[in-house]
Amino acid sequence: MTTTGTPALAFNDVTCRFAARDGGEAYTAVANATLMVQAGEFVSVVGPTGCGKSTLLNVAAGLLAPSSGTVEVFGERLVAERGVNRRAGYMFQADALMPWRRGIDNVVAGLEFRGVPREAARRQGEDWLRRVGLAGFGDRYPHQMSGGMRKRLALAQTLILSPDILLMDEPFSALDVQTRQLMENELLALWAESRKSVLFITHDLEEAIALSDRVVVLSAGPATRPIGDFKVELPRPRDVSEIRMTPGFNELHREIWNAMKEEVLKAYARQKAA
Amino acid sequence: MKIGKFKLTVLRLLVLGLAIGVWWALTDPGFLPPIYFDDPGRAAFFFGKPFRVFEIIINWFVSGEIFSHLGITLLETALGFIVGSVLGLGIGLWLALAPTASAIFDPYIKGFNSMPRVVLAPIFAVWFGLGVWSKVALGVTLVFFVVFFNVYQGVREVSPTVIANARMLGASKRHLLRHIYLPSAMSWVFASLHNAVGLAFVGAVVGEYLGSAHGVGYLILQAEGTFDINTVFAGILVLTAFALLLDMAVGLVEQRLLLWQPKTSETEPV
Repeated sequence: MTTTGTPALAFNDVTCRFAARDGGEAYTAVANATLMVQAGEFVSVVGPTGCGKSTLLNVAAGLLAPSSGTVEVFGERLVAERGVNRRAGYMFQADALMPWRRGIDNVVAGLEFRGVPREAARRQGEDWLRRVGLAGFGDRYPHQMSGGMRKRLALAQTLILSPDILLMDEPFSALDVQTRQLMENELLALWAESRKSVLFITHDLEEAIALSDRVVVLSAGPATRPIGDFKVELPRPRDVSEIRMTPGFNELHREIWNAMKEEVLKAYARQKAA
Repeated sequence: MKIGKFKLTVLRLLVLGLAIGVWWALTDPGFLPPIYFDDPGRAAFFFGKPFRVFEIIINWFVSGEIFSHLGITLLETALGFIVGSVLGLGIGLWLALAPTASAIFDPYIKGFNSMPRVVLAPIFAVWFGLGVWSKVALGVTLVFFVVFFNVYQGVREVSPTVIANARMLGASKRHLLRHIYLPSAMSWVFASLHNAVGLAFVGAVVGEYLGSAHGVGYLILQAEGTFDINTVFAGILVLTAFALLLDMAVGLVEQRLLLWQPKTSETEPV
């Protein structure tokens, strides 16, 4: 691993246990996970379904305190009890927009919470609506938008605060393939402008390779931890649909899939047994 | 199959006409040979005469006598609704966000809610007199629980993702209350608006009926005391029409306030 200064995000030996609902044995979602994201780096985390990927993100966001281990944000220790990670933006898998706010009011919510004057916030909001391709749709309520438009809105809502770290939890998994590739390309373009650190969680290996500088493979749950770390040295700027055709992509895909396959089968067997 | 608007209105009026026709035919002395009552005037004594009832209603409106009574009933309804809603909203928000307090008060709230509130009317009459406030109090006890349970539910059902997202966007506890919990709870309150206004109306009328000097409920009570069944029916009809109007007004308010909620008509095929 190349260490260029303090990492933007560092998990040190993080373990997360959850009390079982029926009072039985505690469930260990994540065990002894150590993972770094450098400043400006795009890291994807892939793993079989139900392996605790979201838990890892919630810990990084400061929404969840780990049972043991620490998280450092630009060298500073994150303590969930003292509040969320103020340097991170989080894009959730599920719809997280406020349904009672119009598009523009959703985009500027973060600025409003930070006390930015209404006029200035609105100007920035309109600008971001335009940048995510929603110019003229600011008056619509979330329920009047398609799934893809809602994701764009969520992206604008997160990026308007210009967070140093972007946490993304399978943000595009609910979209159809075409919309999804469009969104992936737009995300890459926006990322190229500002080079945030990104921790991107997905179960889709192709998406992970096409977007990232590095792909981290997680083991099957419970007690998930990183078991593989692959550098993606494909040229940028990339087009996610074209890069899938290149030989370098296929080779990486084979290599990472070999590491993942066993874990996916394990997870599948466990689900079937349950 | 969809029916045209005009046709629908005609059919609805036809049902009304038919009902009044049957009412008239069964109560008009001598129109039908006696079926059940020996005395031809007996049916009218028990069920009133439709045209006499309409005459009374028209007289009420022409002389203007009804307006002060309607005004009082409306005032009691409005006050009961407003006070009950504000209390329900405040206490609902508080208990939904304070689990310990909620656990302590839970059995008492359930107890009060399962108590038939109408039995409180005599007590309220003693406490607040026979004027407007005893009716308001009865309305409040009815409205409060509807609003309270809806707010409680509304706060509990806010999507955890929406809360987490707001926190990540920098929302403080106060921001969460103002921008997440309150709007979410309000949507549930509006969903129960028809119910709440209806109950405030019930509280007002039942209160008047049990003891008062004004209001439409009082008119009915008076008429009943003299076996004036036609006036009783007239009062009931006025109350019904009034309740319908109130419900329509609530529908209009609702439409304006719940703009952000998906309507089924938006996805209906043309």
